[in-house]
Amino acid sequence: MAETTFDAGTLWLIIVAAGVGTFALRLSFIALFGRLDDESEGVERALRLVPAAVLSALVVPQFVFVDGAVSLSPTNVRLLAGTLAVVVSWKTEDILATLVSGMAAMWLLSALLP
Amino acid sequence: MRRYGVIAGRDTKLDTTTGAYTEAVSSARADFLSGVRVAVPILLGVAPFGMVAGVAAVGVGVPAIQALAMSVLIFAGASQLAATELIGQNAPVAVVVLTVIVVNLRLVMYSASIAPYFERQSARWKAWLAYLLTDQAYAVSVMEFQNDDETSRRWYYLGVAVPLWVTWQAATLAGILLGSSVPASWHLEFAVPLVFLAVLVPAITDRTTVVTAVVAGAVAVAANGLPFNLGLLTAAVAGIAAGLFVEEVGQVG
Repeated sequence: MAETTFDAGTLWLIIVAAGVGTFALRLSFIALFGRLDDESEGVERALRLVPAAVLSALVVPQFVFVDGAVSLSPTNVRLLAGTLAVVVSWKTEDILATLVSGMAAMWLLSALLP
Repeated sequence: MRRYGVIAGRDTKLDTTTGAYTEAVSSARADFLSGVRVAVPILLGVAPFGMVAGVAAVGVGVPAIQALAMSVLIFAGASQLAATELIGQNAPVAVVVLTVIVVNLRLVMYSASIAPYFERQSARWKAWLAYLLTDQAYAVSVMEFQNDDETSRRWYYLGVAVPLWVTWQAATLAGILLGSSVPASWHLEFAVPLVFLAVLVPAITDRTTVVTAVVAGAVAVAANGLPFNLGLLTAAVAGIAAGLFVEEVGQVG
């Protein structure tokens, strides 16, 4: 991974702003309950899809990019290990099992494929 | 951990521990402890995730104190890892913050869903309970609240949420301390997408979420070169739009 050139002040700005924003999201309905009723159906439907959208957008590029280019070949170790992890996750829905199987596949394939 | 990120109640594996306290008036202490009991297995999954968050933060050059501050102030793993990656790429500050907010938008959904149970808490307690709101604390607590009217809302929830908080901070700290001493050949950075994946797969429950995930993933790959690291935000919005569209069409047809 690349190294950041941000100074301490910039990092604090990011962390505090992100922290305050995240707290506001958490507090939103807990604090406001009773004042918001309708109009939330469409919002609720969109929010329901946030985890699938965000997580997929985070994961897929990590598996398919090799040195900045898309690689869907069997020499892409990350794609192979990732595919196995998808199957394990689908079967077990267990974070630890997914993590362990994916990492084990990564180590094994890295050792086998030069 | 099994219900991470999803509301739909198809999971019956969670231990609800309702039977033990239905006869006696349940005390705060007993409710807190029954929350802790349910939280323990979840901690096993949270610990490696927290360590990865710590290792990743120091890995991109974030100093230890700020790396720990991320876990205390943001306290949301997926968004911390997304922020860490963007910080490593020196993305614009606004993009980093906005990305964290978008990744954490699901918390609004949890907040709305759990709010009725916290209605009678004081404003100060509401603030503390909200701060501790996570995928796991939400999923476990709401299931318990739906099944048992007697359980103290506040104390059961704290019994689940506080161990999660402590474990998250301790694991992050362990990751920060390990940080640079982890050899590159361990490929520890690969644990990050794996953890996301382990949260993503259970969130895919129907046709709408499949379309959402596929479109978001494809757009994320296509949008990788977008300026200001806007790829993630673009992909998330595209995925949600596609999901809503499919849902709409499905209802009509």
